Amino acid sequence: MAAFLARRLLGTPTSSSSALISASRAFSSSTTPIKATLFPGDGIGPEIAESVKQVFTAADVAIDWDEHYVSTEVDPRTNSFLTRESLQSVLDNKVGLKGPMATPIGKGHRSLNLTLRKELNLYANVRPCYSLPGYKTRYDDVDLITIRENTEGEYSGLEHQVVKGVVESIKIITRKASMRVAEYAFLYAKTHGRKKVSAIHKANIMRKTDGLFLQCCDEVAEKYPEIEYEKVVIDNCCMMLVKNPTLFDVLVMPNLYGDIISDLCAGLVGGLGLTPSCNIGEDGIALAEAVHGSAPDIAGKNLANPTALLLSGVMMLRHLKLNKQAEQIHSAIINTIAEGKYRTADLGGTSTTTEFTKAICDHL
Amino acid sequence: MSPRSLTLLKNLARNSNASSSCIQTRSVTYMPRPGDGSPRAVTLIPGDGIGPLVTNAVEQVMEAMHAPIYFEKYDVHGEMSRVPAEVMESIRKNKVCLKGGLKTPVGGGVSSLNVQLRKELDLFASLVNCFNLPGLPTKHENVDIVVIRENTEGEYAGLEHEVVPGVVESLKRLEISFVIESFDFDVTRSLENTTRFVPGVLESVELRRCAHSVVESLKVITKFCSERIAKYAFEYAYLNNRKKVTAVHKANIMKLADGLFLESCREVAKKYPGITYNEIIVDNCCMQLVAKPEQFDVMVTPNLYGNLVANTAAGIAGGTGVMPGGNVGADHAVFEQGASAGNVGKDKIVRENKANPVALLLSSAMMLRHLQFPSFADRLETAVKRVISEGNCRTKDLGGQSTTQQVVDAVIANLE
Repeated sequence: MAAFLARRLLGTPTSSSSALISASRAFSSSTTPIKATLFPGDGIGPEIAESVKQVFTAADVAIDWDEHYVSTEVDPRTNSFLTRESLQSVLDNKVGLKGPMATPIGKGHRSLNLTLRKELNLYANVRPCYSLPGYKTRYDDVDLITIRENTEGEYSGLEHQVVKGVVESIKIITRKASMRVAEYAFLYAKTHGRKKVSAIHKANIMRKTDGLFLQCCDEVAEKYPEIEYEKVVIDNCCMMLVKNPTLFDVLVMPNLYGDIISDLCAGLVGGLGLTPSCNIGEDGIALAEAVHGSAPDIAGKNLANPTALLLSGVMMLRHLKLNKQAEQIHSAIINTIAEGKYRTADLGGTSTTTEFTKAICDHL
Repeated sequence: MSPRSLTLLKNLARNSNASSSCIQTRSVTYMPRPGDGSPRAVTLIPGDGIGPLVTNAVEQVMEAMHAPIYFEKYDVHGEMSRVPAEVMESIRKNKVCLKGGLKTPVGGGVSSLNVQLRKELDLFASLVNCFNLPGLPTKHENVDIVVIRENTEGEYAGLEHEVVPGVVESLKRLEISFVIESFDFDVTRSLENTTRFVPGVLESVELRRCAHSVVESLKVITKFCSERIAKYAFEYAYLNNRKKVTAVHKANIMKLADGLFLESCREVAKKYPGITYNEIIVDNCCMQLVAKPEQFDVMVTPNLYGNLVANTAAGIAGGTGVMPGGNVGADHAVFEQGASAGNVGKDKIVRENKANPVALLLSSAMMLRHLQFPSFADRLETAVKRVISEGNCRTKDLGGQSTTQQVVDAVIANLE
């Protein structure tokens, strides 16, 4: 655990990753607040977004929140419930934080996540999974990052019925998208001091598609000789993860496997309520999001756990290179949970959202 | 003292010392038909890597039990382009086969022989039983899951090709009911089985070779295959007194494909009102497996998800070295180590002879029941479980240091 904390504290970027963020963001003084888009979302979204704002203010983070809500009507310009203005705001600010959004059921409009992904060209989903000290699960020493290709693969949405009773779904793998996510994975590993990148695949069966993905990973791996690189078949990976998660460090995968493995890893450390996540787009756009649901049954009751959104906010800060404050907030969250005095109901405690938030602010 | 009473006393002494979960299972008394005891031929494929080690273990134990089976051994290796015709002949004749893993080369060249075997013999159901073995400590308790996986289509249809970007664009616009040319023979065959398939529906598209930049893979789901796997899963649950069947899918994203699979499962579920049926999305499923595996009983899945779920479930219950399983179709059955991860093993394990034979031994017990020799199956299972629970003879994957041979000897010594 000491090693874990040390890595957290010392894990500062080592090289200029200007590819990741635009130059204007790289050096921000505390006097010029950075504009960031905030989507509080539905259900418990507004409460936990409030939590985040409080903690960030208490930590003196100079961020100007540009709040946007999901509207109740479909915007014809985007064909979804997210307005053109909301999307433009993220494109302009280049950084955002998103709470849980309930996808309205219906036809004739795109799902919210799909809209965001397509319009903002979010190509990689990064999810760090690490055991929270003090919150015991069956697995105590998990420390890995899953990086999932977010745009193509099995989720291309191309399906059709060939004849009645026969359906096909097309999985597309392109060199461009695979190179992009592989490059990001290795760059991330380098800048965060990680030692190993594992490419997860099923190329023994899907020889051309996953074969192309592997090929791209191989090419990028050659450019980073100092980072260990391995290829693991997905079924082996699943088994190794549940037997011994310490075998993995950074995992890079195509879309479907990424979806499954990232949720599996979230399960190892305590579930989606504690897992941060960040979507990376072209031109250095980063949209951090809480991946849990909107929990309408506890909405408005001050019972929600803001940890996931807070940790996602921390990821956002690290992306903005505000590492000192990111570290401060991160330690405060970890310490609060480790102490055990203030925990929300889903972690087995009795605190309310506001009490938990206040405890974090006190720990800063 | 007669040898029999000596054995009985030995057993009594052992039973009083053994761990609290003393395994004594016995099938209901089985009345054979005259002639049932004549030896049955079983095709044996040792395979690659640890395959020969573990199949040899089974041979030794069968010999020690004087089980009424004899093996017809054939050499098959993963690099071969096809399973040799004589092997297929033998399996078709004997109807039952036991095999070790066949190593599939990654990335290109040969298509997996494991998959080929399943498709040719139409072994449409793959079954893995993942359960906690008494005496083997794991992080998860109360695990007893059977994963039934569709074995012939889905993502493993083997239909891949390179495409030019322009073609991808027209697919995205979905202007035409578009189907790609040059299907593999397998799919046309399964399509012929399902409906009055008219070749004219396939629009011929000119595909030009490009420099490896866009590749596609087709996942095919048919009502025919989904229905039969759903029927098998419910039938299995019914015959084995299982209470719940869970369908694993990703129909929120792959609405048509997994939607068709779910539809088939729902229809079959209606015919078994005594069995609870529910559905779970595959990513949530993996998370639940890691957190609360006791909620699952029988799981029915399409091909790829089945692979992942089976290996995850095997991992939480003790590892793929101990989980039994097999593949079954209408006419044939092939038994092998349950979950696919590690079925060929690493070179180091082969060199040191430390492969875990438990999975294949338990699979061969399933095979004995399939061949209607239940009491041999019971004896074998009891012996294996006793060895595991005693704990001093375990291979490396279970935390011990024993070699394969030592485990085999222990099992033979524990046979009643």
